[in-house]
Amino acid sequence: MFPLSVRELRWAAGGRQVLDGLSLELGGEGITILLGPNGAGKSVFLRMLCGLLEADGGGIDWGGGPRPAQGVAMVFQQPKMLRDSLLANVELALRPLGVAAAERRGRARSVLERVGLGQREADSARGLSGGERQRLALARAWVTRPRLLLLDEPTASLDPGSVEAIERIVREIRTEGTRILMSTHNLGQATRLADDVVFIDAGRVCEHAPVQRFFARPASQAARLYIQGELPWRMAF
Amino acid sequence: MAHGFLKFIRSTLLGLATLATVAQAGESIVLASTTSTEQSGLFNFILPIFEKDSGIAVKVVALGTGQALDVGRRGDADVLLVHDRAAEDKFVAEGHGMGRRDVMYNDFVLVGPAADAAGVKGAKDTVDAFGRIASKGATWVSRGDRSGTHAAELRLWQSAGVEPKGQGWYKEAGAGMGPTLNMAAGMGAYTLTDRGTWASFRNRQDLAILFAGDPRLYNPYGVILVNPARHPHVKRAAGERFIDWITSPAGRRAIAAYRIGNEQLFYPLPR
Amino acid sequence: MSGLGMAFSDAFALLAGLDRRVAEIVLLSVQVSGLAVLFGTVLGLPLGACLGVGRFPGRQLLVVVLNACMGLPSVVVGVVVYLALSRSGPLGEFGLLYSPAAMVIAQTLLVVPLMAAIARQVVEDAWREYAEELTVMGFGWGGSVRVLLHDCRHSLVVAVLAGLGRAMSEVGAVMIVGGNIDRATRTMTTAIALETSKGDLPLAVALGLVLLAVILLLNGIAYALRQWAMRRYA
Repeated sequence: MFPLSVRELRWAAGGRQVLDGLSLELGGEGITILLGPNGAGKSVFLRMLCGLLEADGGGIDWGGGPRPAQGVAMVFQQPKMLRDSLLANVELALRPLGVAAAERRGRARSVLERVGLGQREADSARGLSGGERQRLALARAWVTRPRLLLLDEPTASLDPGSVEAIERIVREIRTEGTRILMSTHNLGQATRLADDVVFIDAGRVCEHAPVQRFFARPASQAARLYIQGELPWRMAF
Repeated sequence: MAHGFLKFIRSTLLGLATLATVAQAGESIVLASTTSTEQSGLFNFILPIFEKDSGIAVKVVALGTGQALDVGRRGDADVLLVHDRAAEDKFVAEGHGMGRRDVMYNDFVLVGPAADAAGVKGAKDTVDAFGRIASKGATWVSRGDRSGTHAAELRLWQSAGVEPKGQGWYKEAGAGMGPTLNMAAGMGAYTLTDRGTWASFRNRQDLAILFAGDPRLYNPYGVILVNPARHPHVKRAAGERFIDWITSPAGRRAIAAYRIGNEQLFYPLPR
Repeated sequence: MSGLGMAFSDAFALLAGLDRRVAEIVLLSVQVSGLAVLFGTVLGLPLGACLGVGRFPGRQLLVVVLNACMGLPSVVVGVVVYLALSRSGPLGEFGLLYSPAAMVIAQTLLVVPLMAAIARQVVEDAWREYAEELTVMGFGWGGSVRVLLHDCRHSLVVAVLAGLGRAMSEVGAVMIVGGNIDRATRTMTTAIALETSKGDLPLAVALGLVLLAVILLLNGIAYALRQWAMRRYA
């Protein structure tokens, strides 16, 4: 799967060029944070990595081969849960992997423990708070032991306590060797979690640097303005 | 893939057919007869006697005579019991049935509103009665369904020299005797009915028998075995057993014993 | 006593006295319609779910045709099945005409499009919600259909009840293919038709009330089951 080599990705929709030659090289370790204003193309890029979208131009090279059938998991900003128990929702992710029922249950249980939801495994997944749902979504992705974990602004609408819980879990997943790519608007979160930062603006990668250097000496004008909070939003209506 | 699908359909139907035959214990025949005969209650009376005697269950499908003969032509019944001699003879001549025998007769009666605006009560005979209705333009409800009753009714119009079709007072129900009587009762109209259905009809309202007894109103029934040469699956032995029984002294006794109130409805043949 | 009043008292008498012939007729109705709905569930719900999830050329046309089939006149289905099962017809060798099996076949044909159409709508709405997550997790069409059918199970109960209602209340198909044979293929609806045509209207209405009572009971059971299930997983 690694090194992940992204070359000149292009993607347009509704008359707007969302990805405009996005290129990136990713190694197989650590947490990479995607930063950038709304409409920069972060979500589209993540969806392309997990196979939901096809690029109009350019390509992705997955460690010298095509996109792998398994090993990539994604946590969406608004995760959708089945009308079922927490345990059943986590087990769901293991079904396409051909895992036997008993093993599914065991793995789901232990992952739920690790995200702090073990006591509530039989509760209805639809009755969870925002933070709990996000933890459940993480558990659902984690249980598949992914090689690459993608997260699309997972703490965008959460309270500080839940944010901290999510960040703790993400760090733990990293220590198990999973490669993590996460988009966020929260600069503090970026400094807390990132090994390196990718700054995306107007559909291209402006900068890709280790986290310390990015915040101390941003190389591009756009990144500088963004860190200062002054980059205008580029949402197209 | 289509072949596999057809095989699946075939085996499902086979399974259902086996279930259907296993579900019924013992032998049975399908008797296609007329709604008027069934609604008179005759079958509920005489068939248990036959079934006890022979162990053969008789499943009665009640339709109009015309429909019953069509069912016979398609081979969907084993025995027919209907009342339209001309149609029965044609059926046998065409090779669809064999061994037609007389079974019984009942009679038709002319019913209408008690007020009797057409003066049917005083008619000399049936032809006169029909003529009076036509000239008065009194509302008439016809079966209109190619049944034995319908055929008899049309013959009577013909002998009265009347062409009723298309006239404003002539209503074709296209239905069995019961619904036709319902219509006549509801409209206050005249109609021709067999005595058996009339005797057990519960919704008479204002209707009453206004004319009866004329030999022209005599209504004979025949029983026919559907031709096993044409339709090999016909249960020949059981069917013949039924036909033999219903024309035997035991069967004739059963038919004559059936009454509603104290009235005998059907008279076995030959007299 | 008015006709309707007589009908009510007759109905209670029938129910209270557990009249044996009425019990036979009720049992046959429930068996035939129940089997038809069972086949409808097994065939119609997955069919509808596949249409809800799948995207292929001609799909929209299929959806329109399926929705139209919800309005199939029962008497038309009856005639078609009769001609198919008749001894002179293509499937005549099985001798299924005038048997409860023929009635089950006809009612299944009536009920499958209805249940499939409802399932399609329900599953399509759910698919819109879950499509991204299920795709990323690696579920194909078949796997997604199974997940969605299970997730929508409460709404799909409505499809089953709709099918049951349609089957138990129709008279056109079972009359033609069953023949309304006494003690063999006489159901509640054909018995009501018969008593009506004999002019015994109070008895016909009484049987009608019994039929309504049975349908009400079945719906009540379904409701209770659903309430219990929903209390577990909203």
